[in-house]
Amino acid sequence: MVENRPFAQFMAYLTLAIGVVVVAFPVYLAIMASTFDTATIINGNMPLTPGNQAAENYTRALFYGGKLAREPVSMMMVNSMIMALGIAFGKILISIISAYAVVYFKFPFRKTAFWVIFITLMLPVEVRIYPTYKIVADLGLLDTYTGLIMPLIASATGTLLFRQFFMTVPDELLEASKIDGAGAFRFFKDTLLPLSMTTIAALFVIQFIYGWNQYLWPLLITTKSSMQTIVIGIKKMITTTDALTEWQIAMTTAVLAMVPPVLVVIFMQRLFVKGLVETEK
Amino acid sequence: MEKRAHFSGWTLPLLLILPQMAITVIFFYLPASQAIWQSFLREDAFGLASEFVGLENYAALFEQPEYYRAMITTVIFSTLVAFFSLAVALLLATQADKNIRGGHAFKTLLIWPYAVAPAIAGVLWMFMFHPTLGTLGRPLNVMGFNWNPMLDGTDAMILLVLSATWKHVSYNFLFFLAGLQAIPKSVIEAGAIDGAGPVRRFWTIVFPLLSPTTFFLLVVTIVYVFFETFGIIDAVTGGGPAGQTTTLVYKVYADGRSGGDLGLSAAQSVILMVIVIALTAIQFRYVERKVQY
Amino acid sequence: MAGVTLDTVRKIYAGNVEAVKGVSLAIDDGSFCVLVGPSGCGKSTLLRMIAGLETISDGSVKIGDRVVNQIEPADRDIAMVFQNYALYPHMTVYDNMAYGLRNRGTPKDEIEKRVKEAARILAIEPFLARKPRQLSGGQRQRVAMGRAIVRKPQVFLFDEPLSNLDAKLRVQMRVEIKRLQKALGVTSIYVTHDQVEAMTLSDKLVVMSGGQIEQVGSPAEVYRRPETRFVATFIGSPPMNILPGTVEGPGRVSVGGQSIAVTDIREGLTPGTAVEVGLRPEDVQAGAAGASSLAMDVDFVEELGATQLFHGKVAGADFVVQASTGQIAADIRKLTLSVDPANVHLFDPQTTKRLGRV
Repeated sequence: MVENRPFAQFMAYLTLAIGVVVVAFPVYLAIMASTFDTATIINGNMPLTPGNQAAENYTRALFYGGKLAREPVSMMMVNSMIMALGIAFGKILISIISAYAVVYFKFPFRKTAFWVIFITLMLPVEVRIYPTYKIVADLGLLDTYTGLIMPLIASATGTLLFRQFFMTVPDELLEASKIDGAGAFRFFKDTLLPLSMTTIAALFVIQFIYGWNQYLWPLLITTKSSMQTIVIGIKKMITTTDALTEWQIAMTTAVLAMVPPVLVVIFMQRLFVKGLVETEK
Repeated sequence: MEKRAHFSGWTLPLLLILPQMAITVIFFYLPASQAIWQSFLREDAFGLASEFVGLENYAALFEQPEYYRAMITTVIFSTLVAFFSLAVALLLATQADKNIRGGHAFKTLLIWPYAVAPAIAGVLWMFMFHPTLGTLGRPLNVMGFNWNPMLDGTDAMILLVLSATWKHVSYNFLFFLAGLQAIPKSVIEAGAIDGAGPVRRFWTIVFPLLSPTTFFLLVVTIVYVFFETFGIIDAVTGGGPAGQTTTLVYKVYADGRSGGDLGLSAAQSVILMVIVIALTAIQFRYVERKVQY
Repeated sequence: MAGVTLDTVRKIYAGNVEAVKGVSLAIDDGSFCVLVGPSGCGKSTLLRMIAGLETISDGSVKIGDRVVNQIEPADRDIAMVFQNYALYPHMTVYDNMAYGLRNRGTPKDEIEKRVKEAARILAIEPFLARKPRQLSGGQRQRVAMGRAIVRKPQVFLFDEPLSNLDAKLRVQMRVEIKRLQKALGVTSIYVTHDQVEAMTLSDKLVVMSGGQIEQVGSPAEVYRRPETRFVATFIGSPPMNILPGTVEGPGRVSVGGQSIAVTDIREGLTPGTAVEVGLRPEDVQAGAAGASSLAMDVDFVEELGATQLFHGKVAGADFVVQASTGQIAADIRKLTLSVDPANVHLFDPQTTKRLGRV
């Protein structure tokens, strides 16, 4: 329009640039901190250009850990990865088959089943944290990957997302398949699953980030340091008694903890946006 | 909505739905109902027997000054984060929606904090605003502001609001941008022909058309502040100093960890559930009305 | 190959909605049968019951000598072309056509032979490796046809297959479908709401309304001698004019005081009986006042190129006359119409049935 004048353009660039700087600055500082030794950071005059301790810090963090959290960060990352992948794949698997049942079959209590699942949409794990903890403990699942993963799969988002997608698949496709001699299994494998690939990928991206970033649940149910996830590990590296905090290791770990999910968002941006927007509909 | 075409038979669908049902019942309905049941019980001092006490746990809860304080803290925290994260996101989204070159790159550069774990976001901001070694925190003290989030409750709250907002702007930005892009250009052009300038157009046309998105984001942001910011609080302040940043959710966690009364803890969980259900219900009603319109 | 026989077929949906109210119909082996009617008349439901996509509430459907009520669609030996084509979006054109054969365990080289042949017939050979979204509407339509052909079924079912195409393509595909059906000689049942499609394609035309058959016959029969007022106004474009009238005596009716002769009139109608008089716009000519003529006030003229439509009123009711361009002066205001007694249709205002010779 007429008002697309240079000044408005300039203001847009300026605002966005400030936004980008504010968004990036804390992370930039963390990256810088991961290239110095403790002393440089502690004295409060950390330079804003990289130091020369990066190799040392990353090697130590990845393979030896810090003084407070003695587990190597690479181990924590493996744990986080198992948890994130477990949640993502677990949720995709159980929700795609349950959505298939709800949408493509008529069976007794179908509506009830749908509502039973649907209600869970409303309540995050945080509100039922101790009773859930008790059940997981009773099942002997403390300090296990199963215990980390299972309770976080119990939600309706995936089922609703797939249901929503299945509803957009034309009825005629199922009818054509029936005439082509495909039964419930073949229709799922040959037609529905290939068509759902984008939805699956989008859900995967969202659930991977969700799983990787979990905090309260792993905090409660992991007691062994060998089961620790990286997000929990960082918290343990920082104490209120500042003298003990190895900031360079903590920041190195923070950078390492951000890398996988941030890369996923940047490189799978289209799927990420799709997943985010559609799970919230 | 219903499909016209179906498969027949019901053993297969029941098998397909079984895993989800089992997980939902074991890890969702069981704990949730236990929480509700426990909120009506009181255990004796040794945890050996429990008796039904009706609403006494709730009554006891509302007699605790700490509970009120947590409630007030939660309200202040959510209001501030909701306001700032929505306002900043809307500002950025309106700028990114302008037809400028590199708009897509800006979008990428603004949305990635969504992927940062709340706890990590907290750690980053704590480091930046650390009173003695932080790149921004130390200068504050040098300038004589007496900044110390570890000792001062207000400073601690400011730091929490900053980190929680920082993390959540990306989410709101994304939805605002999508909302703006969904507004037909012709409506805005009609406004221009009707003589409204850019600012007036924004407040009289764009903003009202965006209100469903805004409302949706408001609810989502409140739920986010209630629950997901747990990681930020635990990493940055641990609810302190002196419980001044303890929110309702953090209190459930802290009380439970210090081995407090199970009934009281359960009652707190139930109240939280009611709040979330109410928020969700409001949202559904609103969405429904929007659809009818 | 086989014919299709329907015996008092009913479809009752939940809530006692009767979509198809006892339809009986015999479709000969190799013939092209078109079910036509307005939307909601039950034609699609009927087709889907033949396909096995809807259960049959009552009555029976036979394909050949076999009652298929309880048989799965895949085992009915039918093929169907859907309105939105229902091509599998993630499969290539080749795989779309081959899928049904693979599911039946047809040998690979046989599948290839059949797909290639269908592709040749339909001129879609260059597209076999493409996905449906890379094709134009007309090409998708051909693939959908190909999917039906490769199966070599006993019956082809078409559910408004041309309605998603633009007007020009529709005419072209219509001709192709007709040619293909004649060449293959497969019994075909075709559902449409477009009466031109219905007239041009069918050997046997079935007009439906309100879940029932109004009339069955060859297109010419249905056009020349509509059995109900509904059929009369539904088939033919522009639709038949309907005027209020009364019986004067044997072979004569009066329309607004003007008397016209009628060939096809029920015997024994008492003079004064109210009737509805139907006249097709193309069946009346401008002429001199005479023993069987009507006066018309012309309001305006629509130009169609080869013909002109004169809109106006006869005896107070709306009336349209179609005439070759130039036959009638375009600025005419008063027109005298001569009516051929053989072209007058009479209907009972109550039952809407034809009041012709029994």
